Amino acid sequence: MVKELFIQGNEACAEGALKAGCRFFAGYPITPSTEVAETLAIKLPAYKGSFVQMEDEIGAAGAIIGGSWGGSKSMTATSGPGFSLMQENIGYAFMSETPIVIVDVQRGSPSTGQPTMVGQGDMMQARWGSHGDYEPIALSPSSVQEFFDFTVEAFNLAEKFRTPVFVMADEIVGHMREKIIIPDKIDIVPRKMPESQKDFLPFKNNGINPMPSFGEGFDIHVTGLTHDERGYPDANNPKTHDTLVRRLSSKILDNKKDIVSTQKDFCEEADIVVVSYGAPFRSALNAVNIARDDGLKVGSFKLNTPWPFPEAEIREISKNASHIIVVEMNLGQIYWEVERVACSNSKTHLIGKIGGEIPKPNEILAEIKKVGGN
Amino acid sequence: MKLPEEELLSSGHRGCAGCGASIGVRLALKALGRNTVAISATGCLEVMTTPYPETSWEIPWIHVAFENAGAVASGVESALRIQGKDDVNVVAFGGDGGTVDIGLQSLSGAMERGHNLIYICYDNEAYMNTGIQRSGATPFGASTTTSPQGKNSFGEDQHKKDMPMIMAAHGIPYVATASISYPQDFMKKVKKAAEIDGPAYIHLNQPCTTGWGYDSSKTIELGKLAVETGAWILYEIENGEFNLTHNLRKRKPVTDYLGAQKRFKHLQDKEKEEIQKYIDAQCAKVGIE
Repeated sequence: MVKELFIQGNEACAEGALKAGCRFFAGYPITPSTEVAETLAIKLPAYKGSFVQMEDEIGAAGAIIGGSWGGSKSMTATSGPGFSLMQENIGYAFMSETPIVIVDVQRGSPSTGQPTMVGQGDMMQARWGSHGDYEPIALSPSSVQEFFDFTVEAFNLAEKFRTPVFVMADEIVGHMREKIIIPDKIDIVPRKMPESQKDFLPFKNNGINPMPSFGEGFDIHVTGLTHDERGYPDANNPKTHDTLVRRLSSKILDNKKDIVSTQKDFCEEADIVVVSYGAPFRSALNAVNIARDDGLKVGSFKLNTPWPFPEAEIREISKNASHIIVVEMNLGQIYWEVERVACSNSKTHLIGKIGGEIPKPNEILAEIKKVGGN
Repeated sequence: MKLPEEELLSSGHRGCAGCGASIGVRLALKALGRNTVAISATGCLEVMTTPYPETSWEIPWIHVAFENAGAVASGVESALRIQGKDDVNVVAFGGDGGTVDIGLQSLSGAMERGHNLIYICYDNEAYMNTGIQRSGATPFGASTTTSPQGKNSFGEDQHKKDMPMIMAAHGIPYVATASISYPQDFMKKVKKAAEIDGPAYIHLNQPCTTGWGYDSSKTIELGKLAVETGAWILYEIENGEFNLTHNLRKRKPVTDYLGAQKRFKHLQDKEKEEIQKYIDAQCAKVGIE
């Protein structure tokens, strides 16, 4: 039965997690993400799931890695300061190919920053926060409905590619209330289990491997050390390390077509394109619509998945657009990615708003008119 | 006992009416005096005393992050020591979450390394700043937003972490428990902690009108009830020697304490008995009848 709910973004995230099959949540209270934990603390037991409040965010990330290897789809939710504490374990999850979902409801930053105000300052931390080379997947919802949908999608991508996935939300989307529709049928990707214990290699050198769980008879050795196909440490072997780390990257990059998601509005033949993600998209699309009413050739490009970065799509846009305006709530993070890809074709501009307020449609409209020479 | 009139945590902060934490800090600073540096972990105290562009602190104050009050205090103390400023009190204030959960690692390091500092845990038994989530110091049976009572749950299902004894296990020269409702006892302990060379830990019980659910005029009363029922035991451990500091002749039944708070209102007799049994055992351990 299709269900309609009028709920908060953080609650929608919790509903999406339950729908996607999340049965284990470990977390630590932090504004503005706390309602995700509070909702799951109440609801998970009814799904025969488990909610554990950890002693800190280091523990939260550790526990969901353990929960995932224990055989449960696992998630945590946090905000910037907690996301910082999780970074060591995040790198571990990439290295050990542990499917987990980490929701970051971003607030004003750096440091303690603005706990109750909105920000998007963690985007590059999602990309490069842990040490070493890895390719993260991150989704950024711009509405309560998308917070639900993208949380489901995050679990699906995590299982499909056996990797950590971030939902990079923001305080506006987390605390806003909107109507959402929970469809009758939702595609859920179940965990791919190995077919037989015989000759099974959990870290085989090609592509994405099925994942055994503890307690099912498999010999499992999970480590953050450089490991061979069996999972055993082989840290002094250059070839083993090279093969492993390149595979971890290529299993994402080779499948970008399946992962990358964008929303283009009026981008064909647009001379000016406004790029955004998360809550600022709402203002961006509004500004684009007003500008189009004024006869300007403007389009909107939304990154549903800031990571992996949609390079091909941005390059394509840049072929027609003289100007690309990036709108984000930081001092330029995704902007430099756009500049890197588009600079030979388009002039890029940044509306980087910090302080805890969303960029308003009239601010974006003014920039559109300025770069358009009006 | 005449209290110093000087307020080093000035009024006008954003604490709730009847806030127990602010009473505790005021008393501690009256005991320590102006020659003191304060370090705060993330928590109610940090947020309510420093709303921009104001501060309640009449002494140098620093907040770094949630998990590292012990580490920051270690740094401050070391820097003062190498400059020969031995007469400055270094006091860190952490809530129960900031102390017994996220801050335990850095606090343990600070105690183990022997820094000459005072750490005061202001314990209101849950994460009040983010909206009443359970912590490792939340008592058995309390309803919080992450240990909610309901059809299948009576609330928090674990007893409180025995933090003062964890600190005592570090072999530091001074560990004490205290209550804001016994100001003379608390201030005496803070003074002792300042005089002792080396780390000192004081675990301060402080009722919270918002999180515990009682009328804001009853804060001191609730603190007294905690002690009078044996739910909170006042003692000190000085150089390894344990002493009770409040002579509890006749304990009140814990139902007097539970019944006065919304967080325990849902409890059935079974849970109340379990709590009474637990308190009896805790009291028996330290020789309280």
